[in-house]
Amino acid sequence: MAHIILRHRDIPELNTLPVYQRNGGFAAFKKAVTGMKPEEVTAVVKNSGLRGRGGAGFPTGMKWGFMDNNNWPHYVVANADESEPGTFKDREIMEGNPFQFLEGVAIASYAVGANAAYVYLRGEFWQVAAFLDQKIEEMEQAGFLGDKLFGTDYSLRIYTHLGAGAYICGEETALLESIEGKRGQPRLRPPFPPSFGLYGKPTVVNNVETLTNVPLILENDADWYKSLGTADSAGVKVFSLSGRVKKPGNYELPFGTTFRELIYTHGGGIIDDRPVKGIMAAGASSSIIVADEKALDTPMDYASVRTLGGDLGSASVIVLDDTIGIDWVVNKTIHFFKHESCGKCTPCREGNYWMQHLTERIHSGQGDASDVELLNSVARQMQGKCLCALGEFATMAVVTGIERFPEDFSVKTRV
Amino acid sequence: MSLAEKYPQEIQKIFAKYPPEQKRSAVMPLLYLAQREEGFITKGAMEEIAGMLGIKVTEVAEIVGFYTLYHDEKAGKYRMQVCTDLPCALRGADKFIEELCGNLGVKVGETTEDGLVTVEAVMCLAACDKAPMLQTQGSDGINYHENMTVDKTLELIEALKKSVA
Ligand SMILES: Cc1cc2nc3c(=O)[nH]c(=O)nc-3n(C[C@H](O)[C@H](O)[C@H](O)COP(=O)(O)O)c2cc1C
Ligand code: SF4
Ligand code: FES
Repeated sequence: MAHIILRHRDIPELNTLPVYQRNGGFAAFKKAVTGMKPEEVTAVVKNSGLRGRGGAGFPTGMKWGFMDNNNWPHYVVANADESEPGTFKDREIMEGNPFQFLEGVAIASYAVGANAAYVYLRGEFWQVAAFLDQKIEEMEQAGFLGDKLFGTDYSLRIYTHLGAGAYICGEETALLESIEGKRGQPRLRPPFPPSFGLYGKPTVVNNVETLTNVPLILENDADWYKSLGTADSAGVKVFSLSGRVKKPGNYELPFGTTFRELIYTHGGGIIDDRPVKGIMAAGASSSIIVADEKALDTPMDYASVRTLGGDLGSASVIVLDDTIGIDWVVNKTIHFFKHESCGKCTPCREGNYWMQHLTERIHSGQGDASDVELLNSVARQMQGKCLCALGEFATMAVVTGIERFPEDFSVKTRV
Repeated sequence: MSLAEKYPQEIQKIFAKYPPEQKRSAVMPLLYLAQREEGFITKGAMEEIAGMLGIKVTEVAEIVGFYTLYHDEKAGKYRMQVCTDLPCALRGADKFIEELCGNLGVKVGETTEDGLVTVEAVMCLAACDKAPMLQTQGSDGINYHENMTVDKTLELIEALKKSVA
């Protein structure tokens, strides 16, 4: 099937304006601005079943519909922070298919009445930001951005903003704080961004991949999109496949594709043809799924992955084989979360500190059974008590790792 | 020379991105500008930025402290930041950084004797399918180097050495 998001893999030089235009580029944006009411655009996106690709899977059209129309101006912010370990899709989209992404930003902006949109990129994407700046300038010159677009009264400008190395800035309210020139620490929610966002104004925050879906949905209509994927999860998803597979990379597949097809057909199977042991479907924030036959045959959509005691999240599938100790995995993930905890709330700050101390002891073979017990209890005590989801994420691999792979924790510990 | 004297056009462009009453939003891009020359941000630059934005120097320093890509200390000309996060480590990143350090005669966090390269271990850089990988952060910005070997990295260091000589 032809790609919908990674369309640059089918069409050479799609990241140049003439080629993008020759392939239907900006027709959807023009159609929206010149022929549709903003709420009609939102309705199409709502009917398509599109859900957010940044991790939470929230229905996109519904989010746009939440914008407070008694408070102006409105903003759209594209989340290009892409910092979840195992996620590397947004970067490929922005480099390969930048105009489709920017057109998605533009259509979203029109739908919610925003005249300014920001693309927030992680600081390491310095070159991607410079590249997008250039593409934005080309769009301005061609009349797709700026004042009075297509002869209407609608104006739009898109700006890039670079972060500077902080995973927490991917959390939408921390991201907004960061654009405001503050430390990137999450806000207490509610209120949610559609009522209180950037500069206190109604704001839609969407992931890069989410927005990149929008132009083709508008062009081909909602039913076309809904016919792809599953009833629970419409459309296609870019799966970032990493870890112990022969061919890691991004694979755009319909929701509902099985883990087995992703890992064996697309990923070429496991390095040295070893047995697969565990799957982390949502990056380092994941539960660790036991990769038995049943799991491998499970379709990858939000609802089905949940039946395995996991989460699809941003679909960053990290594959573990039988050479990998889960105690080592957990030590790695906790090292990450300890480093990235923003320190605003005590359970997350202190919890990660203690978990790191314990995972290191256990992994180095100096721990005993009571350390494993204590680690498990620290993680469980954090759950439900943190200000943002990072605190929760940190506990996932720990709790599920100890529960589902107990032998990896008893080998290393002495009684 | 002050930032305002050195980069008048860049500064104007930065301020144009944000609503006029939201000047503070410019702090991050201004800090990148300040870091361009020396690879770290001086006290003087922080004072100047605070002045431009009408905020306290401590507020600027707080931003520098919070974000890992801002530095307030001098390091090697290039920071060589190797990703050792879980997905890369599953593809040999830990062994890679150990061998690289062995070859350079430094430990992680240390700078080579000639002051050219500081080796650091960092978190995921969104290139997990191309491990081992690293980024170099220098006055010319950040560059990705993917599917690396120790030999290729040593060649890269040689090239960097020539470029600053
Ligand atoms: C700790 C943390 C990190 C996150 N990182 C990202 C990220 O890098 N990119 C992203 O799009 N969403 C990230 N999110 C999710 C955002 O908060 C938000 O839900 C998302 O950008 C909404 O867009 P969507 O509805 O299109 O998915 C993160 C959330 C948390 C709690
Ligand atoms: S849970 Fe962690 S990352 Fe989130 S606000 Fe609290 S300290 Fe910060
Ligand atoms: S884990 Fe190294 S780039 Fe993602």
